Amino acid sequence: MEALDIARWQFGIVTVYHFLMVPLTIGLGLLVAVLQTSWHRTGKEEYLRATKFWGKLFLINFIMGVATGIVQEFQFGMAWSEYSRFVGDVFGAPLAMESLLAFFVESTFLGLWIFGWKKLPAKIHLACLWIAVSGSVVSAYFILVANSWMQHPVGVQIVDGYPHMVDAWAVFTNNTALVAFFHTITGALAVAGSFLLGISWYHLWRRRHDGIDTVDATGRVVVGESDSIPGRDKKDHSLWIKSLRFGAVVAMIAFAGSAVSGDLSGKLMFEQQPMKMAAAEAACHDGTSFSILSIGDLSSRDCSKVVAVMEVPGILSFLAHSDFTTDIKGVNTLVPEYQAKYGTNLPDNPIYGDRAGQPINYVPVMPVTYWGFRMMIGFGGLAAMAAAVALWATRKGTVPRPRWLMRLALVGILAPFGANAAGWIFTEMGRQPFVVAPNPSMSGIDQVFMFTAAAVSPGVSAGEMIFSLVALGTVYAVLLVVEVVLLTKYVRGGVPSAMPELGHPGGSGGKDEDDAGTHPDGEGDGDDVLAFAY
Amino acid sequence: MDFLPTLWFVLIAVLWTGYLFLEGFDLGVGMLMKVFARDEKERRLLLNTVGPVWDGNEVWLITAGGATFAAFPFWYASLFSSLYIPLVFVLLALIFRAVAFEYRGKVHRDSWRRTWDWAIAIGSFTAAFGIGAMLALTTTGLPLNTNGDRVGGPFAWFTWPGMLGGAAVVGFCLIQASAFLALKTDGEIRHRARAAVRRWMPLGLLPLAAWAILVSAQNGKWFSWLLIALAVIGAVVSWLANRAGREGVSFLAMGGFLLAGSAAIFSGVFPVVLPSTLDAAWNLTVANASSSPYTLGLMSIVAAVGLPLVLAYQAWTYWIFRKRISVAHLPEPHDFAPAVGLGETASAGSAAGAL
Ligand code: HDD
Ligand code: HEM
Ligand code: HEM
Repeated sequence: MEALDIARWQFGIVTVYHFLMVPLTIGLGLLVAVLQTSWHRTGKEEYLRATKFWGKLFLINFIMGVATGIVQEFQFGMAWSEYSRFVGDVFGAPLAMESLLAFFVESTFLGLWIFGWKKLPAKIHLACLWIAVSGSVVSAYFILVANSWMQHPVGVQIVDGYPHMVDAWAVFTNNTALVAFFHTITGALAVAGSFLLGISWYHLWRRRHDGIDTVDATGRVVVGESDSIPGRDKKDHSLWIKSLRFGAVVAMIAFAGSAVSGDLSGKLMFEQQPMKMAAAEAACHDGTSFSILSIGDLSSRDCSKVVAVMEVPGILSFLAHSDFTTDIKGVNTLVPEYQAKYGTNLPDNPIYGDRAGQPINYVPVMPVTYWGFRMMIGFGGLAAMAAAVALWATRKGTVPRPRWLMRLALVGILAPFGANAAGWIFTEMGRQPFVVAPNPSMSGIDQVFMFTAAAVSPGVSAGEMIFSLVALGTVYAVLLVVEVVLLTKYVRGGVPSAMPELGHPGGSGGKDEDDAGTHPDGEGDGDDVLAFAY
Repeated sequence: MDFLPTLWFVLIAVLWTGYLFLEGFDLGVGMLMKVFARDEKERRLLLNTVGPVWDGNEVWLITAGGATFAAFPFWYASLFSSLYIPLVFVLLALIFRAVAFEYRGKVHRDSWRRTWDWAIAIGSFTAAFGIGAMLALTTTGLPLNTNGDRVGGPFAWFTWPGMLGGAAVVGFCLIQASAFLALKTDGEIRHRARAAVRRWMPLGLLPLAAWAILVSAQNGKWFSWLLIALAVIGAVVSWLANRAGREGVSFLAMGGFLLAGSAAIFSGVFPVVLPSTLDAAWNLTVANASSSPYTLGLMSIVAAVGLPLVLAYQAWTYWIFRKRISVAHLPEPHDFAPAVGLGETASAGSAAGAL
C-alpha cells in the first residue's frame, strides 16, 4: 500500500473513533446539566443522584474524547502536510479558535465541576458545568466550520496558488457549517437520549427482577424498597423512570431535529456537491426517483452494472428542490461535467508524486455512500421508534419483565452511534476524490479545490505511516475495551457507584434532604479540602 | 520586519512557555509517581495535587499547535511531518496519561493501579522528552529540502540537539514538579520535595541552560547572553528561596528561569522558525512561513480577547484549589458491588450476561 492509502485509512479510523466519544460528550453533558439544574430548582434527591450517576459515566467517556482529540489535531501536520500548507490560511483559524475559546473553557471548568462539589457555592458549581458544556458545543461549531470549508469553500481568494481568507464572515457563517452544526448537535442528543433510555431500562428491569418493584392487577407499578441491596430505595425507582422518560423524549425530538437539518443539508448538497448526492443514490441517470433498493455491482464505479430494483418517483426531486418534477443529474451526466471543469488527469505536478498524470475517478465508492446514507437515516429512525415504544411500554411506571426486551434496550444504545458514524463516513467519502471539494456556485473561487492525492505528506514514508496506524489502532482497540468495561462496571453499580454515601449497606439510603452538604442551597463547605479525589 | 508575523511568533513562544511552565509540573508529578512517591497514599496524593488542573494545562499544548497551524502553516506542516515517529510516541504517551489519570482509581485492584501508574510515569516522561526534542529541533534545524520536507529517512531527527532538548524538558519538569509539591502538599512529603529541589536543581536545569547556550552560540546575539544570565539568576534565587523555606518564591523564580531561558532561545533564532540544516536558503522564517495579514489580524483580535480570559479563569482555578493537601485529607477510596440481588452478585457471570 502507498503512504496515501494508509494515511486515509488512518484518518478515517482515528476520526470515526474520536467521533464515538464526541456525540456522547456533547449530548450527555447537556443532559447532565439539565438534571443538575432540576436538582438545584426542586431540591429533590433523585435529581442529585441522577446528576452524580450520569455525570460519572459522562466523565469516563469525556476523557477518551480528550485523549483522542489531540491525535486529530496533530495528524493534519504529521500525515497531511501538503494539505496543511494549502489550507492553513483559512482552516487553521477555526482550529486555533477552537482551542482558545472552547477547549480551555471546557477542560478548566470541568475540572472545577469535578473537584468543586461542596467546595464551590452550589450556584457557581452548577454554572461551571453549564460553562463547560457550552465549551463542548462551541468546539463543535468551530471544528464544523473548518470541516465545512473543505466541503464548500467560501470567503477566499487565490494568491500565489494558495487560498487566502478575505471574508471571515463568509467562512464563519458558511451555510454548510450552520446546517452541519445543527445536524451534529441533534445527532449528539439522539445518542445521549438512547443512552439514558437503555441504561435506565436495565435498572428498572433489575428492580423488578430482584423483586423490589412489582405490578398490581392493572399493571401499574408498586414501588418497593430493598434492605439488602445498597441504594435500592424508592427514590431509586423515581430516578430511573424519570431518566428513562427524559431520555426517550430527547431521542425522539433529536431525531425530528436530525430529519429537518438533514433535509436542509441534503438540499445544500445537491447544489454544492452534486456528485456526492448522486452517489448517495447510486443514481446513474437523470431522474426524480428516490432509490429504496439498488443492486448490481455498485463498487465497479461503473454505472452500467447498477440495477435500480425499487424506486419512488418524485422523492429525490423533493429532497433536492421541494418539488416532484425537477430532474436530478445522475452520475453519467455529472462525470463529463466534472472532467470539463477540473480535468481528466491529475496534473503533472511534483506534489502528486507517482500519481501525476493518472486519470481521475470522480465517482466516489458507491456502496459506501449508498449504504452509508441509508444506515444513517435507518439507525436514527430505529432509535427514535424504539424511544416511542419505550415511552408507551413504561406508561404504567415500570418496564415489562422479559429479559430480551431489556437486552434490546441496551443494544439499542448503539443505533445512534451507528447513525453518526455512518453519516460521517458518507460525508467524507462522498467528497472524494477531493479533499477540498470545489464550490461550483460561486464564480471566482470555483478553482479552489484540492485532490486528496495531493494532500499527503511527501516526506513521510509508507513504513512510518504503517507504524503509526498499527500503534494507534492497537492502543485504540485496547482502550475501547477498557472504556466499555469501566462503563459497564459503573452502570451495574447503579447510583452507589457514583455516591459512596449510598454504598454502605445499612447506611441511610436517602440522606436527609436538608443535610447541608447535599442540599442545593447549602453553602460551599470551605474546610473540605478534598471533597473529591482521584 | 512585518509586524503581525512577528507578533504571532512572540505569541507562539508565549504559548510554549506557558505550556512548559504549567504542564511542566504536572508532567513532572507524573514521572515522580514512580520515583518519589513511596506508597499508595503518596501516589494518590501526588495525583490529586494536579487533579483539577492538568487537563487545562494540556490545552496550552493544543493551542500552541493550533496557533502554529493558523499563523504559520508551513512551519506546522514541516515540523510535524518531519518528526512523524517521535510525535506518534508523544501522542500515545499523552493518550495513556490522560486516560490513566481518570481510570486509575476506578477499579480497586493493585495490579490495575500499578498498570496505570506506569502509564502515567512513562507517558509523562515520553511526552516531556518528545516535546523537548521537537522544540530543540525547531530551533537548531532539520534536514529539509526546498519544499520543506524532511530528507534523510524517518530517523533524521535523531541528533544531539534533539536529545539535549528532550533531556532539558524532562529535567526541568522534574525540578518544577518538586518545587510544586513543596508548595502544594503538607506533611513529611513537603519536606522531602523541598530537599529534592535543593539537591537536584543544578543537575536538572543544566540541559535547558545548555540548549539556550547552544542556540545563542549559533546565532550570536548579545541580548541572548543577557537573557541567559537572567535565567541563571532566576535559578539561583529559586534555590536560595527554597533553602530559606520560601516555597512560593522558589516556585515563581523557577518560572523566571524558564521565561528568560525560553526568551533567549526563541529570540536567538528569530526570525527563523525552522532552519534547514541542508541549505540556509531553505530556512522557514517568520516571513515565508506565515499566513496572510488578514488571517493574522483576525487571529490577533481573537487572541486579544481570548488569552486574557484564559489567564483569568485559570488563575481563579488555582486560587480555588490553593490549599495544601496532605495524605490525611484523602478520602477513603470506595469500592462498590453491583446494585443487584444477592443471588446474582455471587454468580457474576450470569449478571454480566444480563448486560
Ligand atoms: C462535532 C464535534 C466534533 C468534531 C467533528 C471533532 N471534535 Fe474534537 N472534540 C469535540 C468535538 C468534536 C468535543 C466534544 O469538544 C471533545 C470531545 C471530548 C472532549 O473533551 O471535547 C473534543 C476533543 C478534542 C480535543 C481535546 C480537547 C481537550 O483536551 O480538551 C482536540 C485537540 C480535538 N477534539 C480536535 C479535533 C479535531 C482536529 C477534529 C477534526 C478532525 C475533531 N476534534 C473533530
Ligand atoms: C468527527 C467527524 C469526522 C469523521 C467521522 C470523519 C471521517 C472521515 C473518513 C472516514 C475519512 C476517510 C475518507 C476516505 O478515505 O475516503 C476522512 C477523511 C478526511 N477527513 Fe474527515 N471526518 C470527520 C471530521 C473531519 C473534520 C472535522 C475534518 C477537518 C477539520 C476532516 C478532514 C478530513 C481529512 C483531511 C481527510 C483525509 C483525506 C481523505 O482521505 O479524504 N474530517 N474523514
Ligand atoms: C431523516 C434523517 C436524516 C437525514 C435526511 C440526514 C441527511 C444528512 C445529509 C444530507 C448529510 C450530509 C451533509 C453534508 O455532506 O454536508 C448528513 C450528514 C451527517 N448525518 Fe445525517 N441525516 C439524517 C439523520 C441523521 C441522524 C439520526 C444522525 C445521527 C444520530 C445523523 C448524523 C449525521 C452525521 C454525523 C453527519 C456528518 C456531519 C454533517 O455533515 O453534519 N444523521 N446527514
